[in-house]
Amino acid sequence: MKQTTVRTARAMALLIALLGLTTMSASAMHIAEGMLPVPWAIGWGAVCVPFVVAGFFAIKRKVEQAPRAKILLAMCGAFAFVLSALKLPSFNGSCSHPTGVGLGAILFGPMTMAVLGLIVLLFQALLLAHGGLTTLGANLFSMAIAGPILAWLVYQLLRKVKAPAAVAVFAAAALGDLFTYVVTSVQLGVINGGMVKFLAIFAVTQIPLAIAEGLLTVVIFNVLEKYSKDELRQLAVL
Amino acid sequence: MKVWQKNLILLLLVVVIAAVPLWLLPNAEFGGADGQAEEAITELNPGYEPWFQPILEPASGEVESLLFALQAAIGAGVVGFVLGRITKKSDRKGQD
Repeated sequence: MKQTTVRTARAMALLIALLGLTTMSASAMHIAEGMLPVPWAIGWGAVCVPFVVAGFFAIKRKVEQAPRAKILLAMCGAFAFVLSALKLPSFNGSCSHPTGVGLGAILFGPMTMAVLGLIVLLFQALLLAHGGLTTLGANLFSMAIAGPILAWLVYQLLRKVKAPAAVAVFAAAALGDLFTYVVTSVQLGVINGGMVKFLAIFAVTQIPLAIAEGLLTVVIFNVLEKYSKDELRQLAVL
Repeated sequence: MKVWQKNLILLLLVVVIAAVPLWLLPNAEFGGADGQAEEAITELNPGYEPWFQPILEPASGEVESLLFALQAAIGAGVVGFVLGRITKKSDRKGQD
């Protein structure tokens, strides 16, 4: 009976987290609906397809590799969900929000985030009028593919040179966050010109937020490092 | 240093990072970066017409803030639940 309760609770947590993910990062970063010309909208969509497919396989493999880490997958989703609801003021007088995808990328690999990000961005575009269906590909690429890949690379690299785990996590999450917005700026700059202008809007606003995201990711990681060491080892994070 | 002490310091730092701009720039608007990007596009490409409109939009600023509060609440709930579970499990093995 108790076993069943635990299992149900676990399933519920996972479900809620996935539902939660759906409305994540609801504002202040994505390219708005209809703001990309048709060929670009389609092109970015096409670029994302292989990453999302790879993501499905990555999730399957990770869950087989570390079955008990499923609950952490739920938490990575929920973490991104909270962070993206926090629209924070920045020192240039505008607001943006963190992405929260760094944690998931570090724990489960960057491809996993392509799938989670897709669910997120879809629901957000449909329910909250943030981002958009026509800009889904471009937004997915910046937030759920480029950002997580960079975060994962930074983490792996810093671990290779024996940096402390907390430092690697901070740098990975912060730089992944920042890189997402750099990519967004480039995506808009390539089409419209004025790349510097977009970088000033997105990337500069994001600098303090990226630091905040790095710190918050370390907060969670500290707890995981102490209490879920086995799972982190199975996931080859530590 | 215990984990909670480390984390408390980190969380305080985050609060400071969020609060400092408000204190340094009392007259700033703190509008969304995405809205500014839309303006920039219109400025750089005056002829550009958004060719697709959102299918559903929150009815008002209030409804929107409801959705955001809900988003944060659900996310924080799940994070708290999972953290509670994993920290309880290891307490049986003994604390440090």
